[in-house]
Amino acid sequence: MGEPLSLSGTSAPAGVGGGPVLEMTGIRKVFPGVVALDGVDFRLFPGEIHALMGENGAGKSTLIKVLTGVYDIDGGEITLGGSPVRFTGPLQSQKAGVSTVYQEVNLCTNLSVAENIFIGREPRKFGRIQWGLMRKRAAELLTRLDLDLDVSATLDTYSLAIQQMVAIARAVDVSARVLILDEPTSSLDASEAEQLFKIMRRLRDEGVAILFVSHFLDQIYEVSDRLTVLRNGKLIGEYKTAELPQVQLVEKMIGKELAVLDDLEDKAQRTRTKSAGAQPILSATGLGRTGAIAPFDLTIHEGEVVGLAGLLGSGRTELARLLFGADRADSGELKIDGKDVSLRSPQSAMKHGIAFSSENRRTEGIIGELTVRENIILALQAARGWTRPIPRRKQDELVDKYIKALQIRPADPEREVRNLSGGNQQKVLLARWLITEPRLLIIDEPTRGIDVGAKAEIQKLVAELSDGGVAVLFVSAELEEVLRLSHKIEVLRDRRLVEELENTEGVDADRIMQTIASGAVQ
Amino acid sequence: MTILKNRLFWPAVILLALLVVNMFTSNQFITVRDGHLFGTLPDILRGAAPLLLVALGMTLVIATGGIDLSVGSVMAISGAVACLLISHLGDQSAIGSVLLIVAVAIGASLLLGLWNGTLVAGVGIQPIIATLILMVAGRGVAQLITDGQIINVQSSPYAAMATGHFLALPIAFLIAVAAIVLVTLLTRRTALGMLLESVGGSPTASRLAGIRAKRITVMVYVVCGGFAGLAGLIYSANIKSADSISAGNLIELDAILAVVIGGTALVGGRFSIAGTVIGAVLIQTLGVTVVAVGVPSKATLLFKAVIVVALCLSQSATFRQKVFGRFRPSRPAVAAEVPA
Amino acid sequence: MTTVDMTPATNKTTPTNPRRRVYRPNTKYIPILATLTLLLVMYFTGVANYDNFGQPSVVVNLFRDNAVLLVVAVGMTFVIITGGIDLSVGAVISMTTTLTATLLHAGWPPLVVLPLVLLLGSLLGMGMGAVIHFFKVEPFIATLAGLFLARGIALFINQNSIPIRDKFWKTLSEYRIVLADGVVTKVTSVTAVVVVLLAALVLAWTRFGRNVYAVGGNADSALLMGLPVGRTKIAVYTLSGFCAALGGVLFSINSTSGWALQGQGLELDAIAACVIGGVLLTGGSGYVFGSLLGVLVYGLIQTIITFQGDLNAAWTRIIIGLLLFGFIVLQRVVTRKAR
Repeated sequence: MGEPLSLSGTSAPAGVGGGPVLEMTGIRKVFPGVVALDGVDFRLFPGEIHALMGENGAGKSTLIKVLTGVYDIDGGEITLGGSPVRFTGPLQSQKAGVSTVYQEVNLCTNLSVAENIFIGREPRKFGRIQWGLMRKRAAELLTRLDLDLDVSATLDTYSLAIQQMVAIARAVDVSARVLILDEPTSSLDASEAEQLFKIMRRLRDEGVAILFVSHFLDQIYEVSDRLTVLRNGKLIGEYKTAELPQVQLVEKMIGKELAVLDDLEDKAQRTRTKSAGAQPILSATGLGRTGAIAPFDLTIHEGEVVGLAGLLGSGRTELARLLFGADRADSGELKIDGKDVSLRSPQSAMKHGIAFSSENRRTEGIIGELTVRENIILALQAARGWTRPIPRRKQDELVDKYIKALQIRPADPEREVRNLSGGNQQKVLLARWLITEPRLLIIDEPTRGIDVGAKAEIQKLVAELSDGGVAVLFVSAELEEVLRLSHKIEVLRDRRLVEELENTEGVDADRIMQTIASGAVQ
Repeated sequence: MTILKNRLFWPAVILLALLVVNMFTSNQFITVRDGHLFGTLPDILRGAAPLLLVALGMTLVIATGGIDLSVGSVMAISGAVACLLISHLGDQSAIGSVLLIVAVAIGASLLLGLWNGTLVAGVGIQPIIATLILMVAGRGVAQLITDGQIINVQSSPYAAMATGHFLALPIAFLIAVAAIVLVTLLTRRTALGMLLESVGGSPTASRLAGIRAKRITVMVYVVCGGFAGLAGLIYSANIKSADSISAGNLIELDAILAVVIGGTALVGGRFSIAGTVIGAVLIQTLGVTVVAVGVPSKATLLFKAVIVVALCLSQSATFRQKVFGRFRPSRPAVAAEVPA
Repeated sequence: MTTVDMTPATNKTTPTNPRRRVYRPNTKYIPILATLTLLLVMYFTGVANYDNFGQPSVVVNLFRDNAVLLVVAVGMTFVIITGGIDLSVGAVISMTTTLTATLLHAGWPPLVVLPLVLLLGSLLGMGMGAVIHFFKVEPFIATLAGLFLARGIALFINQNSIPIRDKFWKTLSEYRIVLADGVVTKVTSVTAVVVVLLAALVLAWTRFGRNVYAVGGNADSALLMGLPVGRTKIAVYTLSGFCAALGGVLFSINSTSGWALQGQGLELDAIAACVIGGVLLTGGSGYVFGSLLGVLVYGLIQTIITFQGDLNAAWTRIIIGLLLFGFIVLQRVVTRKAR
């Protein structure tokens, strides 16, 4: 590093007159033991899409929560439209014209689509909610965003992607001057993200100032006009996106020379040579579950990395869950080491050396109020049964080893795991399964919503496991990642395994997209 | 100032204060007579035994995120079973037979616990409703067993469970201590405690980590039923009869209160046995103190309510913060993580 | 309950008018329909087995005998939809009846007593709601403390049953409303039905009602959406306190007396009725009409037991327990199958 803070985009972006709609200066926010924001300046102009960049823990979420009034600040000043403001709650900031869409969709899924858009602002007559008018307006608004939904259906009947769009529709209807999108794309597939960008550009052109947070660098470059980088709670700089090469951006975010990261990526890069004569560990024939995944054939060998590619809802997770016994198959057979088995529960799969880390980290992965140590030894302990506790010394030994190996931060085994960042929680989950010394590790979206550094480390880990003879079933929405790591790629579409591709020279993202789009290419 | 921040600080202080009050108001706080301990303190410990037992089982159930409303009914049934069988004995004081009958009664209670556990974990009924069924029907069953009468028994070994002494200490208290030790060993010397907390924290995640969440859930209801049965026996041994109407009436509320005062959250997860013990003894002491200091009988419940309200507030971190100044958690609450 | 299934956009180059609609039949009415069906089955079983069971008076009396439970269950429904629980309602009833009887006995004018006790019940509820919201005390515990407090007050006022001789109360108690030939009902049941209708209206047609659902569905989201979460929480406990106090007034009208041990265990009956009616204890889902059906199931069980006649107290309890069990399991099976 050692480079001076350069504010290369200090004037208003071209084509936009006037000052910033939102200006934050010297923002300071302290939590017990941590300075989350330390003198951060931030400006947002009308009619721009501004990306807020930084690793997990850089202070992005805190900055956003300050903006939305969830946190009060310990120092600094916020002005909105030229006049100083101090938000004491989400309601105030919303009323002032700052609307937010969060990564985890913050709507009430038990209410209807129309209600989610209008709740708190329902059209009323004599105190009575005008349901008809509300539905009509909701439908109109959604049509403007190119969405065709049944507005009276409850929100939980729609996918996460749709819920995200509904959240944006709500934010837009509050007639926002400032729209904050906090990682809205992390659970969207490519075409959905594209549609979101279209909406964002349209809103920008209407003069809305958009603050955009995403872990996908490509998306940042595709859609943002300017960006601000934070690191360790401090401002690193404000740049025009087009003028800052990706490599430099990443360096600024992680504060390391990119060479280090390249090194990590190199290690993760598969040689794509599979050791000849590897024994099959698991082989499924016509395995399936009605309504979840159509019968499929799949063989996984020792040391093989098998990638599962497909859109959200294509049956990726369902397939993985069958192989772990999380759901029971209702057709087909499964052989492990050549012997017929039936996986009736996670325990039975674990007995065969299969491990599974779910895509829903918070609800199906970590146990938030248990400590890092307890979370890590949980699966091993469950496999041993409650009568044979792992001796404390052994626990500490194992946990220390994996905290070091996976660089879990903070390296405190007695900290409650819910206080860790997403990337570190993911590492804890991986550690949980690694100490069971699995022969087949199934990992569902391990890199979703975590920062660049942690992502590279996890990819590297997968490569190392494979070198050590562990088979890995790798599920990811990111084709690049699947391509980089896998020996073999299984493509899913509409809850059906449509094609198996050896990962050879000719195979690339376009080839897989084509299969996903059109079905099997025979 | 760590001790002030401990959730058990205020309950412990109130418990000590109440004991001190008793020390001054009672003629005999603690004394030795015929080689046994007598006085208010041994009485409190003896009288707290049923509540302690029930609250122990309740702690485990609550740790899994459940609740058991049926404990009072189970107490009634176990007492009824024991008294009915003893009343049919030729020699009501035959130790062997009485022990066998005690075992039968506890066995029946374990079965009732199994019923609750099956409804909760197997059928998937919400715990509060699942155990409500046994709460309603159980007392009917107890009445049926005793044929609507109060069965009196004259069995010295049976009565000894409640009123006898061993090594100068009340047997009821010793039974409770044994149960506390047993549960502590069972949960903290094995991995059971952690697995319980895991199931309470997130049943889905626990299942996917390979924990047999259903089996563990059934188990805690069985254990809770067993302890409630034992408590029922001590209760009925104390009055030397089976009273299916008032045995364990409303004890579920006291037990839940004891658990919560002890710092275990009703949503499940982390639990504290020591806390529950403090909570249960505190509630018992409160009842004794109210009488000892001469609060008129019509005001006893009101007095108790005031203490309970104070205790509940003292358990609220927010309340302590607002009243006793800025509350600082012992570990930094990391809302923004320290980056690697 | 979030599902991640959706029709994949098959052609990513033409996102105009993509097929995004994923329709699944709405499952939110299933529990309530299951309850209705089973209630009807139970009713017609009664009609088939007992003489006179089919008379309209049986249904009308169902409302008369369960007016108190009905009113209390309405308040409870609001609380449970927000994801809370209110254990204090039975005790609030006893406090109200005791206070009413005492004040009337002391010669206070009934038109002062009536609003006063309703206000007191609401205030107690508001207090519990405030403790739950501001001090983050779990509802179960806060309302348990409320239970002790309310019953403690009742016992402090008077431990014995106090008769009410007030003219106004007597008139209300004795007034008969003729619905049809030979079918009469009382003021209390009419009040209960009005409360049910009003509550249903509030829940479905007002902002407050919708906020109740939002808070129960996801309180964190509701807060971020700018909804008055704290106010809503406090309001539902206030409402429940009001309903309990009203229940107490109805009780005192029905029995023309007040007693500190009145309404013991009623909170559990009310909770059970809500659950039978499809109100989820986890919050966010349920209807007042569901709770109405739940109360009717409860009442119908009692009615059948009365018609059976030769049952002693022990068997009555056991049968109630068994029917409750059968009902909950059946409802679970039906609901599961339909999903």
